[in-house]
Amino acid sequence: MIERSRIFDIVTYAVMIFGMVIVVAPFWITIVAGSQSLQEVSRVPIVLWPSSHLWDNLLEAWTRADLGPKLLNSMIMAVGVTVAKISLASISAFAIVFFNFRGRMICFWLIFATLMLPLEVRIVPTYSIAANALMPFQVILDTLGITGLVETLSGLRIDMEWNLLNSYPGLILPLVATATGTFLYRQFFMTIPDELVEASKMDGSGPLRFFWDVLLPLSRTNMVALATILFVSTWNQYLWPLLITTDRKSFGTVVMQLKSLIPALNGTQDWNVTMAGALIIMLPPLLVVALMQRWFVRGLISSDK
Amino acid sequence: MERRAYYRNKGLPWLLIAPQLLLVLVFFYWPTSQALYWAFTLEQPWGGGNSWAGWDNFLAIFHDREYWGTVVRSAFYACCTTALSMFMALTLAVFVDRSLKGTRAFQSVYVWPYAIAAPAAGVAFRFIFAPEAGLVGAINGLWPGIWNPAINGYQALGMIIVCHSWLGIGYNFIFFLAALQMIPRSISEAGAMDGARPVRRMLDLQLPLIAPTVFFLLIINLISSFTDSFGLIDTMTEGGPFGSTEVMVYKIYFDGFKGLDYSGAAAQSIILMLLVVALTFVQFRWVEKRVHYN
Repeated sequence: MIERSRIFDIVTYAVMIFGMVIVVAPFWITIVAGSQSLQEVSRVPIVLWPSSHLWDNLLEAWTRADLGPKLLNSMIMAVGVTVAKISLASISAFAIVFFNFRGRMICFWLIFATLMLPLEVRIVPTYSIAANALMPFQVILDTLGITGLVETLSGLRIDMEWNLLNSYPGLILPLVATATGTFLYRQFFMTIPDELVEASKMDGSGPLRFFWDVLLPLSRTNMVALATILFVSTWNQYLWPLLITTDRKSFGTVVMQLKSLIPALNGTQDWNVTMAGALIIMLPPLLVVALMQRWFVRGLISSDK
Repeated sequence: MERRAYYRNKGLPWLLIAPQLLLVLVFFYWPTSQALYWAFTLEQPWGGGNSWAGWDNFLAIFHDREYWGTVVRSAFYACCTTALSMFMALTLAVFVDRSLKGTRAFQSVYVWPYAIAAPAAGVAFRFIFAPEAGLVGAINGLWPGIWNPAINGYQALGMIIVCHSWLGIGYNFIFFLAALQMIPRSISEAGAMDGARPVRRMLDLQLPLIAPTVFFLLIINLISSFTDSFGLIDTMTEGGPFGSTEVMVYKIYFDGFKGLDYSGAAAQSIILMLLVVALTFVQFRWVEKRVHYN
């Protein structure tokens, strides 16, 4: 604030309160509707004040959408992607920044080009690779004639297959195959002064020790920041889990269950249960964002720029 | 910045980078080239591999009026959500940047929409806009039948646009605020000394100074509204009524997985990829040229 101006201060608060209303309204409506009984939620116009049926609705939504196992699946997927991405990102960024090897720039561009195309635009072929993740290697061996060679020599036919449909690796691996985390780590490693590398070399530490004892502790805040955004964005994935799990019962995630909670066109319009279910599903990422906001904002800004 | 203190080791860097390279090759490059292959071939209905089709798949799409409908709709959708979301976020960020008392509370709430899964927001907004429910639907009590997104395609599209813009507020707000806070106070103070009122300073000082961020967000928002709308549309309208909310991503999904027309879906994917890549390149070119305003 530079000058004092009462009128402008009032305008500022007015706009901020208006913005608050816009942002909070959907949350408020979700909570209100989720706490009302069927009669209350069907009233026109609706009373925008919470009622006393929240617990019943939560229980009803929990059993109807089978949220227990689905929450577990979502958790496995989100934590799995977060952990896998952070580990892979840190070691590959380490290799790119601190090693001088042939093909370094090619690797760099191969990995960073993946930032350009989100999963949604290549969804059909990605789905087909998930049916057999080893297919590229099979095709390479086939075209090189190695399959035929091995078959004539040993009588064994190389037939590689790894079906990812309805499995945790299927939910996790394709979401790990982008460069978001690698980019963040590269940016961070570039700020490490050369003197630090030289000093630890002088003290006789090899590259792995330097990575483990110096770089990882230094990157702790970046790691937390990255973990928050990865967790939130993975939890909220919809299209990919929808495709990869035909067996919804054992591998479905909570976000997929939302659709099954929507009242049917000619059925009972029990939006109160739908909203209670939506509340449960929204809560984990919302908690992460609300409680870890400082890291979250930092991770977002440094990984996307 | 070039680094001088390298480690020298033949095998180790490859070992470290191998897992990520493998993943990227299997789940990014293979599918992308597969999409290219499918786009230029046609699968035989009785099996027996694909036959070369040249540009036929693309020509078939280009002659399809329905496809052009989805393209125009996607472009409209992308422009509306981008404009609406960025405008709201920028307004909030500019006022939050004045950091009056109690601003922090507002600031942390504005970030919340980012945490919400698109389908969850879709379900909440579907209820808000449901014609039979008592929120927006209450208007039907005054003028019966005036609001019904289940029949009126424009209303359905508008409803999704509002929801998508709401979802984008948090993300845009974070970036706008960060950019505004990077502007040195002295510049605004100098402006004030010269007699520029707050509104004038916003338009003539702050906006030009955060132009790179505005442009970055513009591209990111456009890309995400072209590619990220599936979760919303699937929970809110499923492309209906009568295909009036069917955008490019939804049509790819529908043709590929419901219609099992892999070649057509792949050709559409390629077009969408080109669009996204083109937007990204525009960003790189522009940022390189204009970002060094100091």
